[in-house]
Amino acid sequence: MEKRELTCIGCPLGCTVQVTLENGAVVSVTGNTCPRGDAYARKEVTAPTRIVTTTVPVRGGVLPAVSVKTAGDIPKNKIFDCVRALKTVTADAPVAIGQVILADAAGTGVDVIATKAVDAV
Amino acid sequence: MKQIDLVILGGGPAGLAAAIAARKAGVQDILILERDREPGGILNQCIHNGFGLHTFQEELTGPEYAARFADQVRELGIPCKLNTMVLDLSARRVVTAVNRTDGLFQLQAKAVVLAMGCRERPRGALNIPGSRPAGIYTAGTAQRLVNMEGCLPGRRVVILGSGDIGLIMARRMTLEGAKVLCVAELMPYSGGLKRNIVQCLDDFGIPLKLSHTVVDIKGKKRVEGVTIARVENGRPVPGSEESYDCDTLLLSCGLLPENELSRAAGVELSAVTNGPLVDESLQTSLPGVFAAGNVLHVHDLVDYVSEEAAAAGAHAARYILQGGAEGGEALPVRAAGGVRYTVPTAVHPARLDGALTLRLRVDNVYRDRALAVYAGQTCIWRRKRPVLAPGEMETIVLKGPALDKLPGCGGLTVTLEEA
Repeated sequence: MEKRELTCIGCPLGCTVQVTLENGAVVSVTGNTCPRGDAYARKEVTAPTRIVTTTVPVRGGVLPAVSVKTAGDIPKNKIFDCVRALKTVTADAPVAIGQVILADAAGTGVDVIATKAVDAV
Repeated sequence: MKQIDLVILGGGPAGLAAAIAARKAGVQDILILERDREPGGILNQCIHNGFGLHTFQEELTGPEYAARFADQVRELGIPCKLNTMVLDLSARRVVTAVNRTDGLFQLQAKAVVLAMGCRERPRGALNIPGSRPAGIYTAGTAQRLVNMEGCLPGRRVVILGSGDIGLIMARRMTLEGAKVLCVAELMPYSGGLKRNIVQCLDDFGIPLKLSHTVVDIKGKKRVEGVTIARVENGRPVPGSEESYDCDTLLLSCGLLPENELSRAAGVELSAVTNGPLVDESLQTSLPGVFAAGNVLHVHDLVDYVSEEAAAAGAHAARYILQGGAEGGEALPVRAAGGVRYTVPTAVHPARLDGALTLRLRVDNVYRDRALAVYAGQTCIWRRKRPVLAPGEMETIVLKGPALDKLPGCGGLTVTLEEA
């Protein structure tokens, strides 16, 4: 039996929610004051995901770096793998918004795309 | 002197939204003046996601959100002078600005929208004891260095203040390989959004120390360490000091509306928000001068900045196209019972076209209260709120019969009550 404590991000109330797990399965959720807290807690303990945002250097651009994001959610435990994979990447100007900067980042199946246009010098 | 219908001071989210709304309301002759090399303002360095949920029903990053508005401005053919610094605004709406191509120039505007945004509270405004070495940055400066200039300002970091930029930078510095030791917050609650506390601190095991502040900074040339202590009744508790070896201190201790130009022009400012006092049309004490976004009061969501600025742009357009018509009776709007401020602080019932938007913040964390609006002694709007916090702006939209009670009521009061 494992107990986890989370802060719900569903609304400004920020309920402290306790989740009890047994062999990786959710047994109970307590402390939430609405159904959103229950749903958030179940996803957060079983399959938490995040959008990752960072920057990569640009060659020949009007700016030294371009901001990027994962095109969708990736597993939370892949955040650092994703950022590390991007450390080896340099984009060539011009860069367009939405352009793929790194395909299938860190084996997540999710592309990393540019979130800003950077013109060539 | 060149005559122009509308000049917008600032090409950030507020300025862009105001320009778009004014053009859609029929004003042709608009000019945006922007200090930076591109429009978008602070959004350009806010590379994290979470922008635009209200406006576009999708989660965008700052640069993407800015691009949507900048693209519209371009498509509408609204000119924007970049790399341009506004030096002065006069009470009669003469704008003096300078840039490298035009040199010094002046414009006589029929209307002006103030959209200069806000600035961070620097160390000098915080009374932190200790020496003055390198390595102390506001969180926003660090954000610009990391996200736009591509350099990491430190490796071992303590953050003072739990405003959203501080929380965002805790995660950002961590992802870039720095160790963030803790975030100290003077107040017993965080000034940042819950979502940021979870996704920027909890995700990375960064402790948030509420009711703590920095009592000493060590190091001569570069920060070598920071001492924090618990705070009770506004004073550090002796014996509660903890020392951290670090090379960097980031400050995220609040934002102040940037009103140097407004003040010099004679715009009346609020002692609470440090922004202009405005009426329902977001018009300041100077006729034809409107304000919106963080220059007016600090917002937590850019979506609300865009919404407010669009209203300011539309009101400025009406002022230009119909002339500055007399507004008739002006009712004061008072904040009471835990409401720290309201925007606007005055309402002309005759100028309302079907709705009145009131934005406000409370002065503490409150649970199970009701937010109420009174016209004179009559309650015209009331809603229960399970929780209210200073970090979350509240918006009240009054419509229909509630507005009929306004003429002659003597004034509006916005207050918290027992639920």
